[in-house]
Parts: sequence; structure tokens; C-alpha cells
Amino acid sequence: MDLAYGAEYEAFREEVKRFVSENKDKSPRQSGTGRPSDDQRKWQDLLIKNGYAARTIPSEYGGYGAEPDILKSRIIAEEFTRASLPLGLASQGVSMLVPTLLELGTDEQKKQWIEPTIRGEVVWCQGYSEPGSGSDLASLQTKATEDGDDFIINGQKIWTSTAQVSDMIFCLVRTEPDARKHEGISYLIFSMDTPGIEVRPLMTMTGYAEFNEVFFTDVRVPKNQIVAERGQGWFVANATLKHERGMLGDPNQAGTRLAAIIDLMHEETVSGERLIDNPLFRDRLVQLQARVAAMQFHGMRLLTASAKKEDPGIARLVVKLMGCELNHQLAALAIDALGELGVLYERSPHLRAGGRWQRSYMFDLGLIIGGGTAQIQKNIISERGLGMPREPKPARKEGAA
Amino acid sequence: MEFALSEEQRMLQDTVGRFLADASELDIVRKSAEAHEAFSKTIWTGFAELGVAGILIPEEHGGLGLGMLEAALMSEMTGRHVAPIPFVGTAVMAPLALTLAGSDEQKAAWLPRLASGDIVAGVAVTETISARDGAGVSSQGDALSGSALFVIDGPGADLFIVADKEGALFLVEASATGLERIDLTTIDLTRPVSELRFENVSAERLPNGSPAVVQQMIDAGRTMIAADTLGAGQMMIEKAVDYAKERQQFGRVIGSFQAVKHLCAEMAAELEPCRSLVWYAAYAQDAIPEEGALMSCHAKAHLSEVGRFVARTSTEVHGGMGFTDLVGLHYWFKRIGLDRQLLGGPERVREEAARLQGWAA
Repeated sequence: MDLAYGAEYEAFREEVKRFVSENKDKSPRQSGTGRPSDDQRKWQDLLIKNGYAARTIPSEYGGYGAEPDILKSRIIAEEFTRASLPLGLASQGVSMLVPTLLELGTDEQKKQWIEPTIRGEVVWCQGYSEPGSGSDLASLQTKATEDGDDFIINGQKIWTSTAQVSDMIFCLVRTEPDARKHEGISYLIFSMDTPGIEVRPLMTMTGYAEFNEVFFTDVRVPKNQIVAERGQGWFVANATLKHERGMLGDPNQAGTRLAAIIDLMHEETVSGERLIDNPLFRDRLVQLQARVAAMQFHGMRLLTASAKKEDPGIARLVVKLMGCELNHQLAALAIDALGELGVLYERSPHLRAGGRWQRSYMFDLGLIIGGGTAQIQKNIISERGLGMPREPKPARKEGAA
Repeated sequence: MEFALSEEQRMLQDTVGRFLADASELDIVRKSAEAHEAFSKTIWTGFAELGVAGILIPEEHGGLGLGMLEAALMSEMTGRHVAPIPFVGTAVMAPLALTLAGSDEQKAAWLPRLASGDIVAGVAVTETISARDGAGVSSQGDALSGSALFVIDGPGADLFIVADKEGALFLVEASATGLERIDLTTIDLTRPVSELRFENVSAERLPNGSPAVVQQMIDAGRTMIAADTLGAGQMMIEKAVDYAKERQQFGRVIGSFQAVKHLCAEMAAELEPCRSLVWYAAYAQDAIPEEGALMSCHAKAHLSEVGRFVARTSTEVHGGMGFTDLVGLHYWFKRIGLDRQLLGGPERVREEAARLQGWAA
């Protein structure tokens, strides 16, 4: 155990701090649409130029081209968060497609897509889930049939965030209907302007349409827009899901939220009493504070393991489940502390924090379900982490009873 | 930045773990418990021969001179193997009291004997946290009166470290005139505790004793108890998983039912981040002293909650067998149950955490 970063990293931290203080006023306003604004793209360019975004993407693809150094990435995140400055773009294109292309894409694909994606010029959405294929994603039915040099795609995707503003989609489709379910899938990338694509916003319980449904009717996609080989889409997707689960349940978010609740409990009063002076709420606060601390230290442990290229085993598998649950519990405490005020929403008088605690509480429940439900996470933890047996497959039905 | 155990720390933990896996086998623990032994002399002797009774004691006094993190790794192993040995009081809290507050003569007289495992030291500080049934020790000059409850490692102790109501610290030999020791029987027969009654008992003051030193002893003790629960909880998870992989019902192993394996996953998911918390809390005692008290509170309170969940859940996974004496799972269940209350239950400890941050009076 040595929690000091050492001279090299402290020097790097100073460099980041200097950048942060010199560029504070250039911080862009968020567009709120999922598509980066001009301001955000300028900010992104500045970050890439200085090595604070797309840091490890090779410079031939428009990145900064630094050696991967997870501690430096962490220092960047810490200093930007401390100054309340937005980090580089973390869209699905940047976080999921780019790492996939780097690992499995052709040279041409890398040259064509990585640079505009990391600069925020090309926005991507992810076409994985289907109405009939959620947890059992590999059962997906959207099919791509061959027609000359093209695939013709028909089917439907759901939970497609930013689809309405996306230029491109990375999409799982069934190309080999006769293969076993995991082996019949391919990973295609194509334009959202292709004829035959319809996007319908999907209103959720939050009152916002954070997701969409996407319908494909005879959508024609050239066969060379495939990543890796035909039938390997499932394995390509798993490479990216790994990146997604790392994003969900981020303990830094929990730390920021906890700090906001501590402030809230010092500022808000009920019948003249500050919430922090109420022993019941205080007890809940300290309980969650311990959980946040545990997850933060846990994050440091995983960070160390990945810097040393060690497999942290079960320690990694619990992060999505525990992190998402913790964020949800934090929002719940904020709502309860606010009491009657905690249920105000939209633009109501007396609304606190723009209604964000209720929206988080609801949206976080979505995150507990999405990206592999809590129950799927428990399957993964028990099967891969604890070596417990899989659920036996039901016997195949033979004719009707 | 490195948040991980060093190779030496892993090896030390592994060595002691392997020793206890043999020496503190369930049959041996059971015999010791059923005989209501103060502690198992055989296990304690072997443990001390590895040098780890003196884990925190400076090398000049015959110890290993290691830190709180190493001590926590030992405590984790004693919990894992429900070892009936006096670790938290004798190897951690008493040496800490002597090191921080003792005179040179006191250190020279007692630390080598603690390091070698020749003597056992009971620690009486519970009333600093919660005084029950009118307990509490007062001093007049160097004479002590009153009583102390839940004296850690009290049974079989040769020596006691006692805090009075003002936070002064005293050394009392077990043979002192006017001292009566009454052993308390808790659910956990692997670590009995005592009551001490003092009637004008002449004691030796630790010259640098203070409420701050008592607090540091408690912080260290809480961290060790949290680590004990971590080890016990980890073992209960492993036992549940092993049992679920063997036990068959409805023609399949019960571990293939999601209802059962999700319980196992929940236990592991709760406990795994606890390991990181315990490491940090222990490390902070030495390296980040300004966070030591708060982090020991978080570790103690959080491990108490997770420990309770794991203890009952593992028992449920074992079904009826978990409830019997046959498989002996209850030794871990009870160990975790005692850990929860020693040096403050989670509600009290969280209130203390709030006070430390200026959130409560």
C-alpha cells in the first residue's frame, strides 16, 4: 500500500491543475441533446490537443497518442471533477465503438471513423437490445440477408440512446440463421441516414425520452461495413460490453453525489431543524458514507490491479451491481431528506436542484436494469466469480402436449 | 499509487492462514469452546512461534515492528479460522497502549513478554464507549475502584490495561489485591470476555496515557474487529458456496438454482468492497492518522452490517444443516455476532463518525 502518487505523477498533476485553472472559462455548456454543441467540440479539441481526452488513441487516428497510464487518466479525472469541469466526450461512440475498432477494426475502418468520432463530429448509437432480447441478448432476431454485395436488414432495436441525433449505428444482426445462437451474429456499422430506418423516441418513467426504438425495413448495408468476421459479432460485442460495465457504477459519481447530500442536509431545515441535526437522517448518511468510501477504495484496488495487469477476479465483477445500487440509494436518501419537497418535479415552485434527485432515483433504477440487470450480474458473480453451476437448460419440447 | 498488498504482506498472511487452517481446525475449536477455555494454549503458542503475537511491537522489544495493515491481515485470519486466541487485546490494543503511553521501564518489562506470547493482556476500555449496568473505573492516585465490563482477552490474562473515566491508563497485574475477575459467557465461545471488579486496587499508571491514546487503542481495536468479521464472513461465503455445489435436491445441486446462487452472489458483492475498506482503515491508522478514527468507525460499522447479512444468509444457504451444531457453522455466526457489539455496535459507532465530522454534538 502506498497511496502517494510519487514525483512523476505529482508533476503531472500540477500540469493538469495548471491547464484547469487557465482554461476554466472555456468550459462548454452541455447541449442536452446527446449531440455535442460547437462549444463542446471546441473543448474536446482543446482536451485532445493537451492529452486530456482521447489520450491513448494513436495520433495517426487523431488521438493524443500517449502510452496507456491508468494513474494519469485518474489524475485527469480527479482534477477536472474537483474544478467541476467537464471531461472529454464519453459518448457510446467514444467509449464503446472506438475501443472496439482499435482492437478489431480494419485499418480503413480505423482511419475513417476514429478521428471524427473522438472529435465529436460523428455521433454513434448502439443497436444491441431488442424487444424480445434483453438479458438473453444472443437470441436477437434482427436479420441481415445477403443480396449481392449488400446485407438487407429487417428488425427492431430498443433502448437506443441518442438514436435521434446519431449519424451512425453499431449494430448486432443475425447473418447466419442456421448457426448456434452465439455464432450467428455479426457486428455492422452503418449510417442512420440509410433509407428504411425509423427512430421513435421512447418516453420513460422520468418524463424524458432518454432512449429510442429503431425500426429497420429493408435497410441496405454494404457487406464490407462489418467489424471482424461474419458470425463473430457476439464476441466483438462482448469486448465492448466490458467497456460499458466499467462506465456504469463509477464510484466518483457516488462521491460527488454524497458531497451534494451532505451540503443539502446542512442547508435544508424542517420546522426549524437542520436535517444534519436529525439523528435518523444522520445515521443513514453515515451508512452511505461508509459504502461510498468502500466503493472508492475498491476502485483504487481495481485501478492498481489493472495498472499491474493483474486479474482482480471477483472484485471486478461486483462493481456494476454495487455501484448502481449505491447511486440509487444516495438519490433515495436525498429525496427522503427533502421529504415533501423531494417529490416536487418538472418546474414546480419550491423545486430543489431542478428535480434532479427524483430524476436520478428513477433513471438509476433504469441503470440497475440496463447494461445487464442486477439479476444477470448476480449470475455472472456466482458463475464466473464463485464457480457455481449454470442454470440447466430446459429440456427441448417435443411436439405439443 | 498502489492500493494492494505487498508480496511480503501476502506471504505473511498466507503463512499464518495456513498455520491456523491446521491448528485451528473446527474439531479443535469445538473442543476449546466446549471446555470453556480462556483461549487455546496450543494454538496461541504456535501463533506466537510465528512471531505474530509481536506483530506491532517494535523490534527492539522483540516484536516484528510491522504496522496496522499487517495486524489487520492477521486478524482477518483469526476470524477466518474462528481461532480461540487473544489477538485483538493482547497483540494489538495492549502493545499499542504500552508503546504510546508506557514508560521506558514499562515497555522493557512487558513488551518482550507480549511479543513472545508468554503473557496475555486483557484490555478494559469498553466504558469509554458505553457504560452499562453502572460500570466504570475511577482512580484515586494510583488506586482503582469500580468495575469494567467486556474486557477483551480478559479470561486467562496475566495483565490488564485499564482506562479510567478520565481517560488515564493503568497497568494492573492479574494477581493484584482487591481485583476480582468474573468471566462473562457470550454467544461466542471462541473469545470469552471478562468483567473486572476493583476495590482500591493498586495500579501502575502509564505516564503518557490520555483520552487520545485510549481513542487510538479503540480505533485500532475496531479496525481489527472489522478485519475479524471480514475473515469470518469470507469463510462463511466459501462454506455456503461449497455446500451449494454439493447438496442435491430436486435432482440437481442447489447451487444451480438462482434462488440459492443469487444469495451467494449478494454475499460476495457485499463483502468484496469491505476488503478494500478494511485495508484502507488499517493503513490509515499508521499512514493517514487524521483519517484513522473516522475510517475505523466506517470499517467497524459497515462490516458489522455486512457481517450480519453474510452470517444469516450463509446459514440459510446451508438449510437445516446450517442451524445444527453438526457442521459448526454457528461458530462463525456467533463470532460475527460478538464482533458487531464489541467496542460499540454500528449505531453508536456511526454516531461517533458523525461527531468526528462535526455533524453531531
